Amino acid sequence: MHAPFVSATRLSIGSDADLAWVRQQVRQAAAALGFGLVQQTKLVTAVSELARNTLVHGGGGHMEMTPLAEGNRVGLRLSFVDRGPGIRDLELAMTDGYTTGGGLGKGLSGSKRLVAEFAIDSRPGEGTTVTIADWVSGVPSPRAGAS
Amino acid sequence: MTGPFATQPGPVPVLVLGDVLLVTLQGDLHDTAAERLQQDITQRIASSPAPVGGVVIDISGVEIVDSFLGRILAEIAASARLLATRTVLAGMRPSVAITLVELGLTMPGLDTALDVERALSLLGHPSPAAPTTHPEEGA
Ligand SMILES: Nc1ncnc2c1ncn2[C@@H]1O[C@H](COP(=O)(O)OP(=O)(O)OP(=O)(O)O)[C@@H](O)[C@H]1O
Ligand SMILES: [Mg+2]
Repeated sequence: MHAPFVSATRLSIGSDADLAWVRQQVRQAAAALGFGLVQQTKLVTAVSELARNTLVHGGGGHMEMTPLAEGNRVGLRLSFVDRGPGIRDLELAMTDGYTTGGGLGKGLSGSKRLVAEFAIDSRPGEGTTVTIADWVSGVPSPRAGAS
Repeated sequence: MTGPFATQPGPVPVLVLGDVLLVTLQGDLHDTAAERLQQDITQRIASSPAPVGGVVIDISGVEIVDSFLGRILAEIAASARLLATRTVLAGMRPSVAITLVELGLTMPGLDTALDVERALSLLGHPSPAAPTTHPEEGA
């Protein structure tokens, strides 16, 4: 079946070359949709964090990129999907500075701050899906738990 | 359409400017290239016949710094410091600075400068554009 419009793009995440490719594709899509430079930079940085988690913690997977149009605003939804070990304690994993690897533990908590919408779905033994969405500037989204 | 490898940068060039190592990062740095750079700089400092007076890392051509690259940069500076060498991060783009703060990565302890020229003068090194010596004859 051939849809008349491009809906979602699926990019695999299996190596650090894939991470670079995913960053580049998201940047191009965000620029084409009209995201400003700072917003593009934040979005691509969040993408880099989440795609690396998919690769490093999830053992690889894919990213799905979907352009969004809702009323008069446009945006981008990105899902990072793996079938790795999953996350046992989501609240703990979202804590700033928490890491089970040698990282800084800023990936999940930091990328949540960088985008408008953020959701994690994870089941131990089954895998993890992190979905983020961001909208072209428009209304500044209230920062969740702004300190 | 180009494949993923179109973005693969070559090895990061390290330029020797007097006693300063100037590293210029460009475009999208792969994780393995960043790790190699960390080892390369540390090796050069340790094995240089003449003492290395400082390291300048020019990131003006870098579009994003995530927690991985941020950690590598901080570790380069930390290991250089243990080898008695100062590191200055030069030319960070404003959009990158804003993003790093929101990410929670402020990299304290890392010296920064707005551009390479100012980084060099911070290291007490004359700028490459300016004449290096001013012999005052008959003073
Ligand atoms: N896709 C995933 N699958 C399984 N576990 C994950 C996944 N993503 C994150 N985690 C778990 O959540 C923890 C926190 O992730 P986060 O990205 O915040 O930090 P990190 O990856 O350990 O370090 P950093 O990203 O700062 O380099 C990880 O250490 C890991 O245990
Ligand atoms: Mg991470």
